[in-house]
Amino acid sequence: MAITLSGDQSIPAPPLSSRLTPAQVWGIVLLAPYLLVFLAFVVYPVCYGLWLARAPSNYVALYNDPIFARAAVNTLIFLVIGINIKMLIALFLSGFFAQQRTWIKWLSVIFILPWAVPSIPTILSVRFMFNPEWGVINHLIFSFTGDDGPNWLNDPTVALTMAIGVHIWKSLPFWTLILITGRLAIAQDLFEAAEVDGASWWQKFRFITWPSMQTLYITCTLLSMIWTLGDFNSVYLLTGGGPADLTHVLSTLGIRYLRLDQLSLAMASIVCAMPFVLPLVYFMMKRLSR
Amino acid sequence: MKLPSLRDVATEARLLLIGIPVFLWTMIPIYHMFLFAISPKEDAFSGKLWPDHPTLHNFEIVFKQQHYFLRDFYAQFWNSLVIAAAVGVLTLVIATAAAFSISRLRVPGGRIVLNLALFTYFIPAAFLAVPMYRTMGNYGLLNNHWSLILAMVTIASPYAIWVLKQASDKLPVELDEAAVMDGATTLQIFRMVYLPLMMPSLVAIGTYAVLLAWNEYLYAFLLLSNDREITLPVALGNFLAADDSPWELLMTTGFIYALPPAAVYYAFRRYMVGGLTAGAVKS
Repeated sequence: MAITLSGDQSIPAPPLSSRLTPAQVWGIVLLAPYLLVFLAFVVYPVCYGLWLARAPSNYVALYNDPIFARAAVNTLIFLVIGINIKMLIALFLSGFFAQQRTWIKWLSVIFILPWAVPSIPTILSVRFMFNPEWGVINHLIFSFTGDDGPNWLNDPTVALTMAIGVHIWKSLPFWTLILITGRLAIAQDLFEAAEVDGASWWQKFRFITWPSMQTLYITCTLLSMIWTLGDFNSVYLLTGGGPADLTHVLSTLGIRYLRLDQLSLAMASIVCAMPFVLPLVYFMMKRLSR
Repeated sequence: MKLPSLRDVATEARLLLIGIPVFLWTMIPIYHMFLFAISPKEDAFSGKLWPDHPTLHNFEIVFKQQHYFLRDFYAQFWNSLVIAAAVGVLTLVIATAAAFSISRLRVPGGRIVLNLALFTYFIPAAFLAVPMYRTMGNYGLLNNHWSLILAMVTIASPYAIWVLKQASDKLPVELDEAAVMDGATTLQIFRMVYLPLMMPSLVAIGTYAVLLAWNEYLYAFLLLSNDREITLPVALGNFLAADDSPWELLMTTGFIYALPPAAVYYAFRRYMVGGLTAGAVKS
């Protein structure tokens, strides 16, 4: 059933109902549910939100709010440092998991657990581990050294680092899995030929693995950055934005404003992120919709 | 049998040197949760690596709802279940219809809709949450399960449409042509040719949507607030509100909450890995 629009264009347009074949009518009917969802829950909220954020005074208020500046910096640290560390580890581990060993196969089944279980209980579990009074970490420190351990989550730098750590813990398996599929797609005879030529480990990576994986790797990194912008749980459930609102990222800050009933500020903070988000999204769409 | 050479032993040792930290890193938070779940209250806070008297008492308290924080446990579990199931079914219906329409029927404007869906997929969910909260208020849906169901369908369907569209593009056009020759109507093609062939992708997408909804915290905690209406993850978050939170019960509930998605994930792993990673990133 080759139904294309190309034939229609040369004919002078008849009334709409007779121009559409039954299949095209069905096409519109079947597409309608999604269009309705899209209009009601994406277009309307986004337009409404932009309308709420229209007043310039919102942006002055944001500019004067030190928490916003701090959240923007934290978000940048999270994305630029956190994600790159995560992807480098994923790249490294994809090589490890590509090894043909029975125990590594079993380990890869276990390794996927953080991705398979919901993040709420596991993040809370980490939070309890680092509780200064009752957490297992400080118990161990006390039993080995006799000193009280630090109040981990009370230091903004440590707390943000741990939030990044929790994020890595959760999403590392997913990206490793994707990079493994990329690695397994490389033709094995290339490595065999390199082996014969006496190539070192680094040369094999530099001249075979990396050239065939770099597009995938960069796509994954950008995609992970976009998604991590929306990672609310890792920060909110671990630190709650504290101490003293110093570990907020943009996603938790928006919700913080929302809970303080400052909806227009919440929207304005999101609008401020758009100049960074939209180019990434555009780039990703170009890549994926080829 | 040949003795392993020194070089093999060295390679194996190096692999173990990576494997052991990976194992510990993965398991410690999960083991810690499990440890709390099987520890009596006084052991839980003692920092031991294995309780002196492991017990299932915590599970008993949860299942009998014998604590202030747990008095609506079954209602909340049921809410999570119903919402996840509804999101799975609705996403499948909406996305399959849309993918069929775009890929097989080549509906005019299908390409634009696909790009819009892809664009939605890339908007960070936490950013959309703010206007979504207000929108649901305008629609009068706050505190109603439909608000969470519709929000999760909105978030799940773009990716679903995209993956299903990629999968249906791979089905040969000749199948549809042959069916038309035999006099099949569009709906018959959809039901008898398209759906059976798409089954593996449909399983993957259904699982994806169900897990997404079951695991969702942010939207659930914004859109639902009444104790009997909230889902389990929101209830877990509410434990934190008190200073003297019963952690061992929180971890037990969390453990129970984490089991179904883990089981589903491992049961459908073959589909998930094949169907989702192929679609997730095209190199």
